[in-house]
Amino acid sequence: MTRTTRLIVLTVVTTLLVGLAVVYTLRAAGDAEAGRNGDYTTLSLDRPGRILFRSTAADAGRDHLAAVDAARPGEREVAARSCLVFHAAHGTGVCLQPARLALGTYDAVLLDANLREKGRHALAGTPSRARVSPSGRLVAWTSFVNGESYAGLNFATRTAILDTRTGRLDDNLESYALHRGDESIHSPDVNVWGVTFAADDNTFYATVATGGHTWLARGDVAARTLRTVRENAECPSLSPDGTRVVYKKRVPGADPDRPWHLFALTLATNTESPLAETRTLDDQAEWLDNDRVVYSLPGDLRADIWTTDADGSGHPTLLIPHALSPAMLRG
Amino acid sequence: MYLSSSRSADLASGARGGPGAQAPPPPTGRGARRVAPVVLTLGVVSLVTDVSAEMVTAVLPVYLVLGLGLSPMAFGMLDGLYNGATALSRLLGGLVADRFRRHRTVAAIGYGISAGCKLLLPAAGGVSAIGGVLAADRAGKGLRTAPRDALISMAATPAEQGRAFGVHRAMDTAGALFGPPVALAVLWVTADAYDAVFVLSFCFATFGLLVLLLFVRDPTPGGVTTGVKRGVDAAAGAGPRAGRTADRAPVRLRDAAAVLRVPGFARVCLAALVLGATTVGDAMLYLLLQRHTDLSPHLFPLLPLGTALVFLLLAVPAGGAGDRYGRARVFLAGHVALLCGYLVLLAPLPDGALIVAIPGLLGLFYAGTDGVLMALAAPAAPAALRGGALALVQTGQAGGRALGAAGFGTAWTLYGPHTAGILAAAALALALLAAAVLLAGGTLTPGGTRPTGPKGASR
Repeated sequence: MTRTTRLIVLTVVTTLLVGLAVVYTLRAAGDAEAGRNGDYTTLSLDRPGRILFRSTAADAGRDHLAAVDAARPGEREVAARSCLVFHAAHGTGVCLQPARLALGTYDAVLLDANLREKGRHALAGTPSRARVSPSGRLVAWTSFVNGESYAGLNFATRTAILDTRTGRLDDNLESYALHRGDESIHSPDVNVWGVTFAADDNTFYATVATGGHTWLARGDVAARTLRTVRENAECPSLSPDGTRVVYKKRVPGADPDRPWHLFALTLATNTESPLAETRTLDDQAEWLDNDRVVYSLPGDLRADIWTTDADGSGHPTLLIPHALSPAMLRG
Repeated sequence: MYLSSSRSADLASGARGGPGAQAPPPPTGRGARRVAPVVLTLGVVSLVTDVSAEMVTAVLPVYLVLGLGLSPMAFGMLDGLYNGATALSRLLGGLVADRFRRHRTVAAIGYGISAGCKLLLPAAGGVSAIGGVLAADRAGKGLRTAPRDALISMAATPAEQGRAFGVHRAMDTAGALFGPPVALAVLWVTADAYDAVFVLSFCFATFGLLVLLLFVRDPTPGGVTTGVKRGVDAAAGAGPRAGRTADRAPVRLRDAAAVLRVPGFARVCLAALVLGATTVGDAMLYLLLQRHTDLSPHLFPLLPLGTALVFLLLAVPAGGAGDRYGRARVFLAGHVALLCGYLVLLAPLPDGALIVAIPGLLGLFYAGTDGVLMALAAPAAPAALRGGALALVQTGQAGGRALGAAGFGTAWTLYGPHTAGILAAAALALALLAAAVLLAGGTLTPGGTRPTGPKGASR
């Protein structure tokens, strides 16, 4: 090839590449514009019996908060506020969303009963889980920190608990004293994620991982301690009456993408039983009432919320299509 | 030393194409020297490829966790998986390139694989599929690294290796700095359309591949030139030389391993391994920094940015300093900067000082070690074995770093972060002494291989 030929080839192919890039980006931007504009509903956290969630429906405010009746989920009402991860209880909401100024970083935004912002805290990384205690007083969030690595294990979680009454923020639960039986554990590879709160606004359950194992752990906010309860249990969710915990458990032979099934643990007897959902999943369950849980099953860039009985009976049923991050509003 | 120094002289004449180039002029003032066009071309290729790669790196965690709903644990497994894919493909790339003397072609395959992976990413739905695509992407990166560095080293005279690699690494880092802002701008314009980021990343990667294919040629027996100059050089460098026939013979695996018997080269490899094994890794230093200061998480992404900026600014001066005062010295000095980083973290300093010092020292460390190591090792290895030899040094260093990271993690678990930090600093100081002894002699003198002046270099 002569120099001229090479320059011509370079010009032609570069023009094609620039064209592809521009057309694709403009089309994607156009699709975003064509999304729902205006006609949002003002949602309230003071309406027991409603489920709030992050809508992933392409035509109805993707990533916006939306609500349906838990008993008869029909047409969804969509709020102007959008969240990546959401939870709410008793008039307090928490919404993990992109930060306003710093691109690529995230905030945990505290919401009042009308989903208005009443506080904001920087997340250490990418949003993962969020929970509000039943009274609405304590709020926990987990983010997923990049670049915090050693020994090839290039991931870490960071979980924070905020007391909205006193303003106390424990921004890294790894600083809590961790015990396994009589043994005290100090290790740089400890990770904590997926908090669920008890009604006393002090006790909580969470996942603790170290050395390649995960544990269900019981935490104490006032004493700043975590104590392991049971191995192989992640993303716990405590029932409203505080008697049972539903969590995801790694099962052998399952899809390596999502090797978890849901199990329920009765705390008084320490007995575990599988739920009826046989598909593997990766979510922190939410209780509808004292008998049923909801959880999301993933698809490509979407997810659906399903429900099943906590005692392992019955069959899972689809509750809300195109939805994630359900929060059941109680009185 | 004699083998490599004769090879270097041979190389110099091959690259410059005339007997007058046998003794390249000593480096003069700044700006007076020119860098071979092919180095600049490869720099452009790396620049756009890094824009492409860093665009994806910047959005990948968010895409996986929020777009695909992957759990943090699954992402951790993914990350470990694809880091392993690089080492093997790097050695393979170097050896195959030498064997068929097709450095450009092997590098192009590597760039091509990575470009293709950018288009496959949005199509991959599950953890296994994404893991596969990322592993292929890393394999492509591994494949192209050694042949590309061999091309750079063959394009520069032995006396200007440091500057050539410095220019290349500066351009490379500039691309890495552009990537994340481009990706975030696309996400902003398209309201989080990740596929648009991947398509744009593919366009950048393909442009890089195109430039490589159009403007870089496989090396001629004596060296490498841009396509335009190739014919001229081939004609001019036709003088009969003893090394010439040996260059044309195919390189066998046995020969590739024999490069370790070249004393100067083996010492560089060993020094890189020993120093690598006491390198804790920047991610770990940032983590320690985060523990010591109350820097807002939103400002955290600025730390690697600061490091990259310092690296970008100092890569060329550090390379030039290596050519002038000895690459081994600069390489050791780069590690001294890292040692200072460890010590700064152990010292009770105010937040502001730490936040400025750590990225700055890390940038200095990279400027003094990344391209400089290649410039130090390349002239010590015969041109026919250059690709495999550079792959070997890089793999040695990477292997050392993996060991170092594991060791540091264990020390932290057993003794806590402070003691682990002291141990790391002590180990690095010892490794520096060992490396200084290993590299003393020929490699410490300017030009890399010409033993000039009194033996003052080997204290």
